Amino acid sequence: MIQYLRNNSEIVWLALQEHLYLALLPVLLGFAISLPLGYLAVRFPRLYHPLINTFGVLYSIPSLALFVFLPVLLGTKVLSPVNIVVALTIYTVALLARTVADGLRAVDPVVIQAATAMGYRRLRRLTAVELPIALPVILAGLRVATVSNISLVSVGSLIGIGGLGQLFTRGFQLFYIEPILVGIILSVLLAGLADLIIVLVQRAITPWTRAA
Amino acid sequence: MNLSYLTDPAHWDLSAPGGIPQLILSHLGYTALALLLGVIIALPVGLYIGHTGKGSFIAINAGNAGRSLPTLGLLMLMVTLLGLGLLPVLIALTVLVIPPILTSAYAGMRTLDHRVVDAARGMGMRSWQVLTRVELPMALPVLMSGFRNAALQVVATATVAAAVGLGGLGRLLIDGLAVNDYSRVLAGAVVVAGLAVLVDLFLALIQRWIVSPGLKGS
Amino acid sequence: MITFEDVVKVYPGGSTAVDHLSLELPTGKITTLVGPSGCGKTTSLRMINRMVTPTSGRILIDGEDVAGKDEALLRRGIGYVIQHAGLFPHRTVLDNVATVPVLLGETRRTARTKALVLLERVGLSAEFAKRYPAQLSGGQQQRVGVARALAADPPIMLMDEPFSAVDPVVRAQLHQEFLRLQQDLGKTIAMVTHDIDEAIKLGDHVAVLRAGGHLAQFGTPRELLAEPADDFVASFVGRDRGLRSLSFDTASELPVKPVDGLSLDDAGRPLGWPGPSGLQPTGGAFTKEDSLRTVTDLVISSPVGIAVRVGPDGAADGLVSHHDLADYLASRRS
Repeated sequence: MIQYLRNNSEIVWLALQEHLYLALLPVLLGFAISLPLGYLAVRFPRLYHPLINTFGVLYSIPSLALFVFLPVLLGTKVLSPVNIVVALTIYTVALLARTVADGLRAVDPVVIQAATAMGYRRLRRLTAVELPIALPVILAGLRVATVSNISLVSVGSLIGIGGLGQLFTRGFQLFYIEPILVGIILSVLLAGLADLIIVLVQRAITPWTRAA
Repeated sequence: MNLSYLTDPAHWDLSAPGGIPQLILSHLGYTALALLLGVIIALPVGLYIGHTGKGSFIAINAGNAGRSLPTLGLLMLMVTLLGLGLLPVLIALTVLVIPPILTSAYAGMRTLDHRVVDAARGMGMRSWQVLTRVELPMALPVLMSGFRNAALQVVATATVAAAVGLGGLGRLLIDGLAVNDYSRVLAGAVVVAGLAVLVDLFLALIQRWIVSPGLKGS
Repeated sequence: MITFEDVVKVYPGGSTAVDHLSLELPTGKITTLVGPSGCGKTTSLRMINRMVTPTSGRILIDGEDVAGKDEALLRRGIGYVIQHAGLFPHRTVLDNVATVPVLLGETRRTARTKALVLLERVGLSAEFAKRYPAQLSGGQQQRVGVARALAADPPIMLMDEPFSAVDPVVRAQLHQEFLRLQQDLGKTIAMVTHDIDEAIKLGDHVAVLRAGGHLAQFGTPRELLAEPADDFVASFVGRDRGLRSLSFDTASELPVKPVDGLSLDDAGRPLGWPGPSGLQPTGGAFTKEDSLRTVTDLVISSPVGIAVRVGPDGAADGLVSHHDLADYLASRRS
């Protein structure tokens, strides 16, 4: 395996970079879309169930189908990375919007009433009180979305773009185990590292949760 | 892009080997087998860890560790090691369903009201009676949500079986892609998503049937 | 009879929960175990049905060591009621009550029939039978908890803070019903509480424990109030223990003066005391069966400093002034 890495460091390095980019850009985009969407589902309770159900169905579309299908829908090239980014953004939103909504809904109503009584307006209350309290739940969802994105990117290799996944298809075609192993290990390490970073960030910005 | 592949009655021939009904059947077959194996392996372990509190670290981290394993890579690794066939597919899919089942079995046992368990012991139930008559029925809602989660994931992911030459609805995606037949790809996507919704609905009905009404709303 | 013989419980951390406890809980009586948190009262209770194993010493039920019995069988023969009732949320009220009889091998049908009778006994109508615990109020849950413990008709009941999770009004009501039930059933009951008033109100005997698992005093409520063994018990029993000890004596021997100056109706029932601005209410009356504490309260709250005694028919038959009461209480001391 070391031998393989030594001989193919260029390819592996490029695959790793692509993998990171394809997995994390959708996390950022998805997070940015999920916050307002999740808030809407709480602000207007009638939207909650329709939104949750829609996301549930979106989440059950196989990633391979979405990857293949988006070029037709978006008019992009089959080999364009945009397809992967859009597909994974959809998954991220499907997962995170619900988490944001559930996190906000779980904020103790007494705390919200207290904040209102002290004179917070709606928006200020959201950013200063509700979001911080919901943060542990939201970040837990972000961890799940990040880790599953990193492992899902590789499915893209079946249509020719997939970061470390290309090591899988290559090894599979050549019936050669080394690249597959390298791909799996790097992918898992990447996911573990990303997970760890989010946990550390969470500990830093929500010190009150450590007491419990 | 259109639905012509999906709506063509020829593709719904029950006996045709590559027809949609046959593909659904094999897809459900992989799903059911992987779930069965997952339950056999993960349920006792999760229940044990949750019941005793020993090894909580494993249960808490199993979820994220399992999610971080790329199923496609695992599948291709298994095929390279074991050759083509059902076994590598089953292994890869079973590895996928173990974490949610393990984690939910653990969480279901951990979040039980310990006062109720204490009452059960105090009334003279033996250890296995406490487990089967009190702990399991009370943990069932959490257990079922983990199982449904696992089922959803495996229905969507079983499509990769086609990537290593097996059947299932992934065939429509892979073969459609190979010949640029996007109507076939669309048919595959729609049928898989529909199947996922139906499976979840079916499990929701089972849940309603086996979970005591006394536990609703909690 | 439940006997503690020099029982010690030291938890793995090294903390002593129960320290050389010797105690006898008489058959057919309620014994309350009371003390501050950390006094080992719950641990002591849970050693009786072997939910906790003593480090040393023995616990005997009617002379037989509980350590020699099968755990599960022992527990099925002892009723167990805990705080918040610990009802099975996934079973109906009826099936909760039927639990132990079914464990003992009765058919579900007969167990349920009996359970229905028991529910009525604790004041719950048949309409509650099919409900689930989550659909009941705290007080109702506690009643089901008691019915469940009674289902196999065990001679012994262990109760761990059974009434502490309900509001004071419901608690007082449950106390009344519990005492009435015990009058019929005559179980041997060990009850843990942190509330000294409850311990005194319900217990035939009270064991006061102090932190570290020492028995501070064992006696009847009257003994506890009249002669606290030490400062700890005295302060635990509380400030108005003198006044409260009057609850244990009736007014049957309290001398009364003839009725005079009180307005009565045709049947001789008190209407009130004449005053400059019309009749002032008497604030109530007492009978021979009422406690001296009730009389004291009536004397103090009466507008004229005189309490009215009435006979069984409600007609006034005597008066007690605060002087009379003070003289009587003084004469009791000598």
